[in-house]
Amino acid sequence: MGVIGQPVPRVDGPAKVAGKATYAAEFHPEGLAYAATVRATVPHGRVASFDTTGAEALPGVIAVLTHENAPRLPWQPVEQAPVDPGGGEQLKPLQSDRILFAGQPIALVVAESQEAARDAASRVRFTCIAEAGAGLIFDPARARPPSEGTQESYPAEWERGDTEGALAASAVQVEGDYLQPRLYHNAMEPHATIAAWDTDGGLTLWDKSQWVDNFRDQIARNFGLDENEVRVISPFVGGAFGAALRCWPHVTLAAMAAKVVERPVRLELTRRELYTSIGFRPQTLQNVRLGADGDGRLRGIVQTAWGLTSAYEDYGEEVLDPTGMLYDAESAKTVYRLVEVDTNTPTPMRGPGAVTGVFAMEMAIDELADAAGIDPLEFRLRNYAERDRKKDLPFSSKALRDCYATAARRFGWEKRNPERRSMRADGMLVGYGMASAVWPAMRSPASVRVRLFANGTAVVRTAASDMGPGTYTSMTQVAAEMLDLPMERVTFELGDSTLPMAPVHGGSMTMASVGSAVAAGCTRLCQEIGRLGDAKDGEHPVETLKRLRRDSFEVEGKAEPGKEAETHSSYAFGAVFAEVRVDPDLGTVRVSRLVGAYDGGVIVNPRTARSQAIGGMVQGIGMALMEAGEWDERLGRVMNANLAEYLVPVHADIEELDAVFVESEDRILNPLGVKGIAEIALCGVAPAIANAVWHATGLRIRELPLTPDRLLMAEEWAEGMPA
Amino acid sequence: MQDAANDAGDLDVRSTVDLTLAVNGEDHRLEVPARTTLLDALRDRLHLNGTKKGCGIGQCGACTVLLDGQRVNACLVLAVMAEGRHITTIEGLHGPAGELHPLQQAFIDHDGFQCGYCTPGQIMSGVACIAEGHAGSRAEIRQHMSGNICRCGAYVNIVAAIEATAGGADR
Repeated sequence: MGVIGQPVPRVDGPAKVAGKATYAAEFHPEGLAYAATVRATVPHGRVASFDTTGAEALPGVIAVLTHENAPRLPWQPVEQAPVDPGGGEQLKPLQSDRILFAGQPIALVVAESQEAARDAASRVRFTCIAEAGAGLIFDPARARPPSEGTQESYPAEWERGDTEGALAASAVQVEGDYLQPRLYHNAMEPHATIAAWDTDGGLTLWDKSQWVDNFRDQIARNFGLDENEVRVISPFVGGAFGAALRCWPHVTLAAMAAKVVERPVRLELTRRELYTSIGFRPQTLQNVRLGADGDGRLRGIVQTAWGLTSAYEDYGEEVLDPTGMLYDAESAKTVYRLVEVDTNTPTPMRGPGAVTGVFAMEMAIDELADAAGIDPLEFRLRNYAERDRKKDLPFSSKALRDCYATAARRFGWEKRNPERRSMRADGMLVGYGMASAVWPAMRSPASVRVRLFANGTAVVRTAASDMGPGTYTSMTQVAAEMLDLPMERVTFELGDSTLPMAPVHGGSMTMASVGSAVAAGCTRLCQEIGRLGDAKDGEHPVETLKRLRRDSFEVEGKAEPGKEAETHSSYAFGAVFAEVRVDPDLGTVRVSRLVGAYDGGVIVNPRTARSQAIGGMVQGIGMALMEAGEWDERLGRVMNANLAEYLVPVHADIEELDAVFVESEDRILNPLGVKGIAEIALCGVAPAIANAVWHATGLRIRELPLTPDRLLMAEEWAEGMPA
Repeated sequence: MQDAANDAGDLDVRSTVDLTLAVNGEDHRLEVPARTTLLDALRDRLHLNGTKKGCGIGQCGACTVLLDGQRVNACLVLAVMAEGRHITTIEGLHGPAGELHPLQQAFIDHDGFQCGYCTPGQIMSGVACIAEGHAGSRAEIRQHMSGNICRCGAYVNIVAAIEATAGGADR
């Protein structure tokens, strides 16, 4: 039996548990200096003046950079990276006096120590002039369609069939407004850049990156360098969830500072700075209207979304991608709008778009099922889509029915009393809820270099990343299987832009993309060695190398998508079931059990895959019950920009989590048959919990998170509550 | 080197102090500004990177180390306050022959992490949690580990690793 599919422990586990895995801020080049930023205090306007004398007078301060003395960078046009917004212009730090949002970096102090840098940054005096901007209130009345050029991904309007006619003719209808707040990645490792210029004018960056090639390309353009003059190194990433896709302004700042002081410089962002220096999942309001006939057959779906974007970039997401394909509805319509706010630009966060859209859709479906008097699971099965009616294509694979059945069985869904507020345990209201999950399965071109040695070891290299899912481990498995070697004889290297090209480590497509390239490279290596040595069948390439007296042999391997996206629709699917306990006096919600079953295609490593799935559940519990960036509409600032007030789940919040993968493979999408599991694991969790809260309490709280105040202030709370 | 530039009204936080830190059984002499935290002394001066900085203000637990066997957030302790005390970091947890501590091995066996950034803090906190006698049940472990955030969400695996190690320690 091959090693693909085996639950092997992580190959980087021993390093991580011993504190020997080295993250971005932890490199110590000779002569390292430390940087700290000064931040704008108004949400829109200009910096009128600086007084840096107090900062410069402090011992250990090497330089204070502002737009008045910072070098003007060439900032050559860059081919739009797919992780960058489709419209607008990115922030160019210290290149002008313009202030686009509160918290924008307006000055940078470089000093001999981190303490001195931060101390001096606090002593930079400046005045900001506030000017009228786009506005600070997320007001759908100011909404506009996404800009031209971005609408291929998220069209302003899309319709199939006659939704209004279908809704009017529906026996049961529901409508609701759903609000998801700003959500912040809050990976444990703060973003950090160490920049070092060499004497030949080349630049090395140690950084936290989900895409070293993108950082290399962007920084090369910003500084007018050739791509091969910039090297980006990122061997370990301490969580990212989308936050390290873009080459954010602080990366440029660190490189600029290092150029000015002619020493390596480290810029490590503080936790507070992470709320303005990278992106976030945008606040999104949605309206969903659904209609079904008396048998619970969906006739019409209309889903409208208003997403927040910054005033300087057009950030949109595919919130409404699932609308037209998740169910077999007679008609469907989507409307997408953006609302500009003077804030930093949002960015993808795990399951961008789909997680938001499915939250509203799956709550609305639950409401419609209830209105039709049909069990929520049965309702979804009656509207099961055998074909993608949005793209009008067959699915390359779909095992959602198995997901529903498997998760329902493990959860014990048949024990659910359909009556709301009917189940109790230990003085608590008990609720059962469920939701579907969906995420587009994608693939991008990738390349690797594979070298096999006559001593029976192999090295596989590519510029991919591992932000935690276990890329190191799963790619080692793929290579070991393809080369027919034990895993411990195979080394997989990543996180260096000098290695062969790899796509973005995001969108759940690393295994489909890079894994396919690893497989292709290993296959090619074996074939070429066999051809070279005229090997007979059954001779291992290591034996052939020995016979040829060659120390080693290396090939490049490439893999890229074919035309399957034109003939098939590819998605990962899932079903999530939640049990909640609600305190009838306090309105507190606890998630006592979550069961998820996923169709993620072939699972290369069930152990790390399960960790990804339960990790998604934990983040989903956060999204459902506690996470929200609280926005001050007068000052344009996040008020809870820290880990004590922006609540994320801790140990005490998490009880039983059960994640399983149903039998599935998708050889149409890629030769390994994988679909990806990162995003699907977060999708559907929040609506399953919200639906369970409804079942427990009878309350449809359509605004996340489901905090006790929202339950207690609901008009229906007191009605019929146990004394 | 004394810092003469302090304003009269300022605390003398910028002045440099000489101190000796006993980390993992080894003495390290340091000259650091008095305001240097134990965390920054470990990471930026001694290059002991295993102790992680997640927030720097005592909210995440990534920098958990042991001071005379008690778990503390190294970002909330000044380096000068740690002088004369036994500091144990993740780099000092291994056995005499370099073998992993049972809890380190349990984290691998139970896949108690993904990105690995909170992991040293979780393990140091877990070692103390067991030593304190706070690992009697999953519920008790969850309560006493709640100062250590894991954003990848490996909590159930971390609790399983601590439970298994504590159970082994009892027997």
